[in-house]
Amino acid sequence: MAGFVVRRLLAVVGVLLAMSVLIFAIVHILPGNVAYAILGEYATPGAVAALEAKLGLNEPLSVQYWHWLAQMLHGNLGQSLSMDRPAAPLIAGALGRSAILAGMSFTLVVLLGIGCGVYGATHKGRMSDRTLAFVQFLFIAVPDFFWAILAILFFAAWLHWLPATGYASIAEAGVGGWLAHLLLPVTVLTLGLTAHVSRLARSSMLEVLGSRYILAARAKGLPERLVLYRHALPNALPPAITVLAIDAGILMGGIVVIETVFAYPGLGRLLVYAIENRDLPLLQAGMMVVTAIYAIANLLADFSYALLDPRLRHGRSIR
Amino acid sequence: MSGAALGQWRGSRALRIGGCVVAAIVVLAVISPWIAPYSAVAFDVRLRFAPPSAIHLFGTDEFGRDVFSRVLVGARYSLAMGFGAMAISVVAGVPLGLLAAFHRGFAEAAIMRAVDLLISLPPILLGLLILAVTPPNLWKTIVAVGIVYIPILTRLTRSVALGLLEEDFVQAARARGEGAVSILAREILPNAWPPIIVESGLRVTFAILLGSSLSFLGLGPQPPSSEWGLMIAESRQFIDRAPWMGLAPGLSLCALLIAVNLFGEGLRERLDPRLSGRGGA
Repeated sequence: MAGFVVRRLLAVVGVLLAMSVLIFAIVHILPGNVAYAILGEYATPGAVAALEAKLGLNEPLSVQYWHWLAQMLHGNLGQSLSMDRPAAPLIAGALGRSAILAGMSFTLVVLLGIGCGVYGATHKGRMSDRTLAFVQFLFIAVPDFFWAILAILFFAAWLHWLPATGYASIAEAGVGGWLAHLLLPVTVLTLGLTAHVSRLARSSMLEVLGSRYILAARAKGLPERLVLYRHALPNALPPAITVLAIDAGILMGGIVVIETVFAYPGLGRLLVYAIENRDLPLLQAGMMVVTAIYAIANLLADFSYALLDPRLRHGRSIR
Repeated sequence: MSGAALGQWRGSRALRIGGCVVAAIVVLAVISPWIAPYSAVAFDVRLRFAPPSAIHLFGTDEFGRDVFSRVLVGARYSLAMGFGAMAISVVAGVPLGLLAAFHRGFAEAAIMRAVDLLISLPPILLGLLILAVTPPNLWKTIVAVGIVYIPILTRLTRSVALGLLEEDFVQAARARGEGAVSILAREILPNAWPPIIVESGLRVTFAILLGSSLSFLGLGPQPPSSEWGLMIAESRQFIDRAPWMGLAPGLSLCALLIAVNLFGEGLRERLDPRLSGRGGA
């Protein structure tokens, strides 16, 4: 297990290094001069030269990259151009608010997804299972930003039950106001992913329920509850966990869109803001943070996978 | 009716219904310039925010433009993004996968590490990163979405090809002294198509979704284009005054996505008999 952990950790470091090169390269090598991208097409040559000097763009790319990387390793994420403030506290604040959104949604996705999956598998073919399948299909196929617009339309514009957009901290608005701002974005984020997870949990559970040792467990007269939760579920979980790791990525993508729709001041909104305002240092830093979080999420998924499946702890290829 | 036959019937029904709806949308998108009742971009300030009526089926927007005509003309963008992006990822991803399977060693290592790297960023963020630096337009969005799905097709093609390379008929071709290109093109590829087609069919849905999400964020076609994601984004500030501005393109997008998804699932059940009757993800 120790070797496995070390190998995976090294792989994460490798991915992050390579990702830093890729992000840096995309921002600096793609057609379009960075200074012109920031200042606009009609900037005067003098302004461009001044900005290039300020950003250190006159130096060779490799030197620029090295500076950027070294600064990041020292915890300095650079300077936001549009707000003229250090990027790190901006990103940290936004990250905290995104974490609330993501944490709540992900917990709900895990509970509801596996719950619905087990329900579907044990009620296979019945009306309730088929209804569930139809609803899942709807939630997978319909884009989350459209659900978000519908939710705002019904609950904010027509019924006036919930605030349409924004965020309020507990200190400002109390727990009620805080939850009211979170309810719609969390619900929209949860629904699509729950559908995804529960579909997989259902098919994986069905496969396990069809196996011989479940037949044996039932044949020796174990209560159905014990068969389901002690014998079947632990073996049905690993595939669901792999999907949950993939969904963590989809969730992060979804957060970008959902935070934009609900004007929620999180990391996704900050990235879109950085793009809209051509704030490339902020964009680079934000992207690196997101990559790191995603890599860690995948790492955690691999570890929990290994804990649940002893065969993998000693196997060579972990995917 | 036995279970297998039922699965077959349901599969072919999904394929038929999905296929018909997709075909209808394609036809409408192609002939939309001739059948759209109004111009998609012409302003009419006297008719701002007109609710849906017999004259303006889906109402009008903040400039008095006919929403029905805009939705009709906008269909081509979603289709172009879905199928165009998929074409890009197939054209780039399949040869890379074949190469990785055939030339074990350096080529394989380089390709698969690059694939791992691209997969280590969530799709929408990869798209954001690619589109962030240069001014966005339709083609850049299509290419960005295409790049996002290259790794998935490369991985799939490689694993399918690796399995096929062990087969006797490939060994026979090798023994006959056929070259790499000939083996890949004449022995491997014809047998590798079904899973690749199935995967691409299912991915078209995701490509349309990702493309419209990106243009919803302002990283696709620019105004006054009537791309559906963009129309939904623009409708947000008028949501309580003119909900039809967002509902019309939104519901059209849903219809397209559901149809493409049905078509993809139907294709999978038809081409991959192992999966019929299973609700796999």
